[in-house]
Amino acid sequence: MHAPNSTYAAEAKKALVALDPRPGVDKPDPIIVAEGIKRTFGGLTAVDVTKMQVQRHSITALIGPNGAGKTTLFNLLTGFDRAQSGSWTFNGNEISKTPPHKIARQGMVRTFQLTKSLYRLTVMDNMRLAATAQRGESIFLSPLRFVWGSQEKEITERAESLLERFKLIDKKDDFAAALSGGQRKLLEMARALMVNPEIVMLDEPMAGVNPALKQSLLGHIRSLRDDGMTVLFVEHDMDMVRDISDWVVVMAQGQIVAEGEPHEVMKDQAVIDAYLGAHHDMTLETEDR
Amino acid sequence: MDFLFIIQQSLSSAIGVNTIIFALAAIGLNMHFGYTGLLNFGQAGFLAVGAYTTAVLVVSFDFSLWAALGMSVLASVLFALLLGVPTLRLRADYLAIVTIAAAEIVRQIARSATFNDTLGGSDGITGKFGKAYFDLNPFTEGLETPILRFSPNDLWVVITGWLLVAAVLGFMWLIVNSPWGRVLKAIREDEEAVRSIGKNVYLYKMQSLILGGVIGSFGGAVYALSRQSVQPDNYSTFLTFFAYTVLILGGAARVFSPVIGSIIFWFLLVFVEQVLRQAVEQNYIPDWLINANQVSQVRFMLVGLGLMLLMVFRPQGIFGDKKELALDARA
Repeated sequence: MHAPNSTYAAEAKKALVALDPRPGVDKPDPIIVAEGIKRTFGGLTAVDVTKMQVQRHSITALIGPNGAGKTTLFNLLTGFDRAQSGSWTFNGNEISKTPPHKIARQGMVRTFQLTKSLYRLTVMDNMRLAATAQRGESIFLSPLRFVWGSQEKEITERAESLLERFKLIDKKDDFAAALSGGQRKLLEMARALMVNPEIVMLDEPMAGVNPALKQSLLGHIRSLRDDGMTVLFVEHDMDMVRDISDWVVVMAQGQIVAEGEPHEVMKDQAVIDAYLGAHHDMTLETEDR
Repeated sequence: MDFLFIIQQSLSSAIGVNTIIFALAAIGLNMHFGYTGLLNFGQAGFLAVGAYTTAVLVVSFDFSLWAALGMSVLASVLFALLLGVPTLRLRADYLAIVTIAAAEIVRQIARSATFNDTLGGSDGITGKFGKAYFDLNPFTEGLETPILRFSPNDLWVVITGWLLVAAVLGFMWLIVNSPWGRVLKAIREDEEAVRSIGKNVYLYKMQSLILGGVIGSFGGAVYALSRQSVQPDNYSTFLTFFAYTVLILGGAARVFSPVIGSIIFWFLLVFVEQVLRQAVEQNYIPDWLINANQVSQVRFMLVGLGLMLLMVFRPQGIFGDKKELALDARA
């Protein structure tokens, strides 16, 4: 396990602690900059985010009650859904019209709320699949093993070391369907790392994971940041949010209602209202409409 | 009963021209359905495109046979693009609907009176368009043994046809066991997951549709050449469903299974027919139960019943892995 106070963690904390914790605040070194994202489904406004930035090398949590639009925002940012309006950049590149596979190749990789293991592929093939720029993935080069064989070997070695890190190496020749729910979460995270991402977006990484495995998942998420990646995750488990995140963004009814450090933001009146529903109509009316 | 004759007919069918045609059709479907998860219900359309392009270009447009065969590959690529461009971005069901309709459109165009002069209407095209191919036939005598019997032309078609099947299978084996094949199998499991790790799913699905379609069109070319004729109604939906039967009988997503499936299918079909025919002729089966004219229908009932039992007791097909099939339950 990595120590939580690595240089990246310390830097991210230092940069964020100086910020004024209000919704949409500018970050000193943002990896994602989003403005005016709006997505409606018929009459329902699922996401209406005026401004959002994610600090590089931080672990940022996205929380909010059910139906707040967290997953929709995830889908929009990663290109899996199209917004009616708005623009967002990743590392300064505009990606609001970019298809999802190109966003992934740029280094923004997501996981899914319901894990998407590729069941009838082995664990190893799940991993190898995710490596980018494979020569053997071209239809014209695919019959020529001598062209891609050496690259395949390198990919396999990289996959093995990741599987070792995620304690899945013993399962590498099993079908992914044979894994437990928690192991599939691990596999999905490990597979995402095969893409060499700069930011990993985890949609409810703790859902359906037993408490023992939760601790190790927490460690893995920390280690992502310690290796220089940025993590943005959606989560309902407040203990986890408090435990590992450097910054928390709170959504309610499609909007960002609060931002701040985990311990501070939980005390925010808008957050309490959003979760507990106290005067919740009134608060939103007066604040945002 | 003349058992030797029954065996001879059945075995000749098992490695005969029909087996080759349906093996090629099913290999193409295996690419689509077995490996990529594309529900192509219009494989007959690809065979029709392959058969008609070959015949029409030679008979009506004076192409050489070899140029016509080349053009038939090109035509099936275009047909795949036509089907794939609007549907491959959508859910799997849409491809199924569009392909089944498109194959019927091809057949209806082929048999329409409007194009009677070039496409031959409902009679199709009969002629010596395969002459250049049969001129190469070194066999002056057919094969005549107790267990196998082929005419000289059939023998030539069977030998070249199996060489074609072997070449296609070898190519299939190479590509499905490559990183390219791995992406296809992953798309079959979950498209979104494959997108999320940076693969252009649409491109791969298109490549699969084209490649499987071209392999199917080879089957169509063999169909046309072997009979020296094309008839539109040979390319109706039954052909697609026979090809699916062959594929599932062998076990989907196995390289060799379409060939084994096709061999078994055509062996059984002829075996059951010959046994019934002789049983009816020699009054082992009374006339009120089955008469001679009903034999060719009844054989489908019996083979169909057998296939149903196979699905109940061995749903993975002959070569499939039952454990692997069970994984599809999306546990």
